[in-house]
Amino acid sequence: MEQKYFRSIEELKIDIRPEAENKPAGDRQFIFEMQQELKKSTTASRRDFLKLFGFTVASAAIASSCEQPVRKAIPLLIQPEEIVPGKASYYASTFFDGIDYCPVVVKVRDGRPIKIEGNKASSLTKGGTNARTQAAVLGLYDNSRYREPQSGGNAASWQEVDQAIISQLNAIKNKGGKIVVLSATVISPSTKAVINEFLTQYPGEHITYDVLSASAMREANQLSFGKAFLPSYHFDKAEVIVSFDADFLGSWLTPVEFTKQYSINRKLTDGKKKMSRHIHLEGAMSVTGSNADKRIQLHPALEKQTVAALFNELQKLAGESGTKQIDSPADVKAIAKELYSKRGKALVVAGSNDPETQLMINGINQLLQSYGNTIDTAVHLNIRQADDRKLQQMIADMNAGKIDGIFLYDVNPAYDFPEKDKFITGLSKVGLRVAMPVLEEETAPLADFICPDHHFLESWNDAEIKTGYYSLAQPAIRPIFNTRQAQQSFLKWMGSDLDFRTYIQKYWENNLFAQGDNLTFTGFWNSKLHDGIFESGRKESEDFAFDQTAALAAQQKVKAGNADQLALVVFPTVAVGTGKHANNPWLQELPDPVTKACWDNYVSVSPKLANELGLSEFDTVNVNNIGELPVLIQPGQEYKTLSVALGYGREKAGIPATGVGKNAFGQISFVNGHMQYVRPDVTMEQLGGTYEVARTQTHHSMEGRAIVRETTLADYIENPISGNEIREEIKKHLKTLYPKHQYDGFHWGMAIDLNSCTGCNACVVACSAENNVPVVGKEQVLMAREMHWIRIDRYYKGDEHDPEVVRQPVTCQHCDNAPCENVCPVAATTHSNEGLNQMAYNRCIGTRYCNNNCPYKVRRFNFYDYNGSDALKGNEMDPTEMTTDLRRLVLNPDVTIRAKGVIEKCSFCVQRIQEKKLEAKTENRQLRDGDVVPACAQACPSEAIVFGNLNDKNSKIARYFEDERNYHLLEELHTLPSVGYLTKVKNTTV
Amino acid sequence: MYVSPIREPLIRGEKNYSQVTKDILAPMAGKPSIYWYLGISLALIALVFGAWATYQTVYYGIGTWGLNKTVGWGWGITNFVWWVGIGHAGTFISAILLLFRQKWRTSINRSAEAMTLIAIACAGFFPLIHMGRLLLGFFIFPYPNTRALWVNFNSPLLWDVFAISTYFAVSLIFWYVGLIPDLGTVRDKAKTKIRKAIYGFLSFGWTGSAKHWSRHETVSLVLAGLAAPLVLSVHTIVSFDFATSVIPGWHTTIFPPYFVSGAVFSGFAMVLTLLIVARKALNLEEYITVNHIESMNKIIILTGSIVGIAYITEFFMAWYSGVEYEQFTFMNRAFGPYAWAYWIMMTCNVVTPQLFWFKKIRTSLTATFIISIFVNIGMWFERFVIVVTSLHRDFLPSSWSMYSPSLVEVGLYVGTIGLFFTLFLLFIRVFPVIAIAEVKSVLKSSGDHQKTAHHE
Repeated sequence: MEQKYFRSIEELKIDIRPEAENKPAGDRQFIFEMQQELKKSTTASRRDFLKLFGFTVASAAIASSCEQPVRKAIPLLIQPEEIVPGKASYYASTFFDGIDYCPVVVKVRDGRPIKIEGNKASSLTKGGTNARTQAAVLGLYDNSRYREPQSGGNAASWQEVDQAIISQLNAIKNKGGKIVVLSATVISPSTKAVINEFLTQYPGEHITYDVLSASAMREANQLSFGKAFLPSYHFDKAEVIVSFDADFLGSWLTPVEFTKQYSINRKLTDGKKKMSRHIHLEGAMSVTGSNADKRIQLHPALEKQTVAALFNELQKLAGESGTKQIDSPADVKAIAKELYSKRGKALVVAGSNDPETQLMINGINQLLQSYGNTIDTAVHLNIRQADDRKLQQMIADMNAGKIDGIFLYDVNPAYDFPEKDKFITGLSKVGLRVAMPVLEEETAPLADFICPDHHFLESWNDAEIKTGYYSLAQPAIRPIFNTRQAQQSFLKWMGSDLDFRTYIQKYWENNLFAQGDNLTFTGFWNSKLHDGIFESGRKESEDFAFDQTAALAAQQKVKAGNADQLALVVFPTVAVGTGKHANNPWLQELPDPVTKACWDNYVSVSPKLANELGLSEFDTVNVNNIGELPVLIQPGQEYKTLSVALGYGREKAGIPATGVGKNAFGQISFVNGHMQYVRPDVTMEQLGGTYEVARTQTHHSMEGRAIVRETTLADYIENPISGNEIREEIKKHLKTLYPKHQYDGFHWGMAIDLNSCTGCNACVVACSAENNVPVVGKEQVLMAREMHWIRIDRYYKGDEHDPEVVRQPVTCQHCDNAPCENVCPVAATTHSNEGLNQMAYNRCIGTRYCNNNCPYKVRRFNFYDYNGSDALKGNEMDPTEMTTDLRRLVLNPDVTIRAKGVIEKCSFCVQRIQEKKLEAKTENRQLRDGDVVPACAQACPSEAIVFGNLNDKNSKIARYFEDERNYHLLEELHTLPSVGYLTKVKNTTV
Repeated sequence: MYVSPIREPLIRGEKNYSQVTKDILAPMAGKPSIYWYLGISLALIALVFGAWATYQTVYYGIGTWGLNKTVGWGWGITNFVWWVGIGHAGTFISAILLLFRQKWRTSINRSAEAMTLIAIACAGFFPLIHMGRLLLGFFIFPYPNTRALWVNFNSPLLWDVFAISTYFAVSLIFWYVGLIPDLGTVRDKAKTKIRKAIYGFLSFGWTGSAKHWSRHETVSLVLAGLAAPLVLSVHTIVSFDFATSVIPGWHTTIFPPYFVSGAVFSGFAMVLTLLIVARKALNLEEYITVNHIESMNKIIILTGSIVGIAYITEFFMAWYSGVEYEQFTFMNRAFGPYAWAYWIMMTCNVVTPQLFWFKKIRTSLTATFIISIFVNIGMWFERFVIVVTSLHRDFLPSSWSMYSPSLVEVGLYVGTIGLFFTLFLLFIRVFPVIAIAEVKSVLKSSGDHQKTAHHE
């Protein structure tokens, strides 16, 4: 019997079947009505509805034009196949800002780029990045971006601006005037082609202006080789590296690539017993110098003569005659011996922008057979193409009224030109002034037209950093504002309707496709665009011979320097660099790898000099009229060398950069046409005030504790455990009454090779970007409340006048026996079954007990509402304007932002672990070693951080943990950290 | 009959029972004096300052304090431990001294207990206000919830919650049970109807019958038995906050006894500070005599000396343990940037109480008052030294930092002092400051007058 289901008593009792069923079968009228009803309802099917709807939407879209900015988030009608909500897409691109080059992969979530990662496909950087590359994604969302074109200071449409510019250009052309395109180094072949085409149509000149110039190296190579170029360096092939103030791990040429190369020979894992030796001679303490095996303090005025003396010693060793004997302050004999014994495997570099010094360096490298071994002259490095003389000539021409139009592309000379007043007055005499900035800056307001450029993440571009090493950039987001790519503007002004993407494609088809091996160009283009990288293997013709005469002549001219005078070194930091990215809060709050100071520049003074002058830390001085700057006493600084960072003192850069620090670009001088970053004649006036600098670390000695363990290469070879002997002793004492945690599946661990870490800080910015770490501003850093989840501790060892520097990145150690976990009254921090020490932000009530009980002090407390998430309104602490709608777009949706009053800390990027686990599960496979990479490890250019599953005995991490060099921080407390450190080994072997 | 030649009568002035009632109820009758108004005005001003500081903390966050990434606890927890310590005297006097049959306690136990309750209230304020998310502070209670979240019974902070709430509850009941006969007396002496009604209600219908007395005595004894171990356990558990941690300077097994004696030490000092003023202001010199003061001073010598030995033992253990972090912490305490705090603590807690070995000083009211203030200061600094100097330089020198309080933190401290005096001043207006019934039990009977007189 059919069972009757009922929903209510009424239903059971009353027959509620539709009326129709009660009608007699023969009711024709009713049947007719029913048929009509049915017909009506079937004519507009779901399909029809969608068709109509689609048509309406499409026509509405066409009618309202496709350029209409999207103001509301509407779910897509037709879901594009490749976009899955909640899943990131990755686009290969290239970061180049005129100084730094890095091929990257851009992570895009829900249509917005949120993270930049290194592109592993590049054989140069191999996935490495630096702090500025990591921070670049925030530049896209900078509050101070120009949002629309301007004409004479007023907002204008592109059409108006274009019309005006084109008519003025034609007028200049017709009267036979000259225009100038002033740009930073352009490594994009297509952009170069566009500019050249533009300058053919409107006669003029393309002048390159590099804030950090290497024009002396180009000139020296012109004299040595007959060709002005920069060669490729191979630090990985060098067993002995001698650097005269070339900060190749921080700012010299291509530091990401160099760090990658350098670290290869610094690693001693997997049974390696050999490492390079690095000797560094410098006045001010740099990142590179602080990593050297031997750092020699050298007054900048004595550098040239030391190079000459080294040259001389090597000449003697090579048995050459007719050399010039010159006194050297440093023991160059020993250095020469070391270098000469490693001929062909040695590399000498100098950061100086003095052609004679560079000539002698060339001479030295020639004697050491570096060319063809550690220096490749067949592959040219295309950065820093500026010829400083041309630049000066241009300034003179401008002032003489010889230039009728100027296009400022990717430069900001009103801020960073050494003689900026000359530039500004010159600029006022130019008839047509067009600026193409991305961010608010000092120069653009001086122009008649501001034609804002796209951010690089909105742009198409290509790059050839080295001969044959190409990379592409593609937009990862629609332009956020009414901006237009500079190249597109040039094309437009030429009257071309071509878009720049097509232009690049054409360029590649005509010039590069032949170098590839694909059958069709589309296939070639698509694969290269996907990879972002194209390494064609092209080489420059080496139809030149080395000529030593110029070097010898330079050596003959060398005179002894005067080390009694104060010298001032101006340098770019790893954070704000030349100031182009100064408005990036992540970079402003990034502590300097050497001084651990952020949010300011300052005068670094040697302890001896400070003592002599009675200067104490933070006393204010005025050096050569830079302005009032505080003194920082820098151990290891050469006695009479002062140093001040560039990139500060922005006047019109928005919040937070404006007014931070003082502008030191005025200290750069032109000597023989080359920009000099060292000033020999310095006056320092004591102002008597004090000004506190915010530092993330205020105690600089290890107090004799075994925190960073160190040994020398010789000792290490003899006994791999050397420097780490104490560990055996500690392990003997580790006893417990409690059962150990059992990890059946994964047990995540991290190993940090202290020998590879250079302290470059890329990990710190990467972590901030990945984990939405708040920026707290100077006042809060002064109160020791910075929020970084990973920090790089830096300690000085030994004599304050000539200390050794050691570094140690410290994150949450994810202790298996975590002191923080058992003290939380509400169990907000717990241990996962994979060994992670987890934070449940929702549960945290902010007693800070965990923070107190953490021996590593890696926990961070949200003292204020740093991100505007508090329920109480109007109490945000956001001095850097990180909570504007625009900047918030950078937040990673996978990581929750933390409320006021909550503790946070490193999670081992648990969201990445989860993502990869799910991926493996979907693909029905085991997680592979190396699948999960936390942001810090991924960013690291020297691969100092290794992450993985300790339970997998074949994993890299397990091997690292087995290494004799491995130790755990404060292991004696029996916290059982999941982070291991490999001892630092210095190569003191001579 | 043998009369002890040295034991003075506990209550002077040859009082009879009705005089006792009259004397003790006097401060409750009539209009308060100008000094009372002055006192409560000052206390209320302090309280308003505290209210402002509380608003700042809740609205803007703990950022308004001077804490940082290294020093997560500062004045807040210092004040908490200090107030809890002060809250030890009352129950110690009424419970432990009751069990030890120390009759002299009768004159001081009531006010000491009231002080205890108020001090615990002040103390309890700090763990709440120092939470980053005060509004979610209820998470700390193990209440059943749909999310199946439970508290962490391993955490000493949770133990604190139970220890302090239990202590407060038992102390409150003990104090109130002791009050009942006196409330009956107040009711009987009341002149207005309202007053009679209120005190009648509060006295729970006390008639003074033998049955009532018998039950009262029994309950008092039972509660004394309950409260006595609590006196020892509360500060023991507070000390666990530190002792169970890994931080050098905190991770010390000596803490429980050291904290308890420190607490009694500071509690007695605070009782002295208050009573020396109160006995004068309320004309109770004959009830709270120099003998009482002297007895309390003797306890101060004892507990002060225990504390002193504890300080020295800690130093010895730091050296003897051979742990470099521990050694550093103690050297840093004595000679580091906070050495001034350490030496204030040493002077006030170890040196000054030793002056009480001199009978002249021990029986001098002025000297006792001054020294009691010193002890209050010293004990505050003891907690400051423990909390801040241990944290500010721990294992990794890279994270070392300095701490100084902000105005908001000062405001919170001053605010609790304001709260303390406000409540204490209200207390002396509404309740008898001396346990009338108990004092009557220690009055010498009539025949003693002659003997005392003869003796003199």
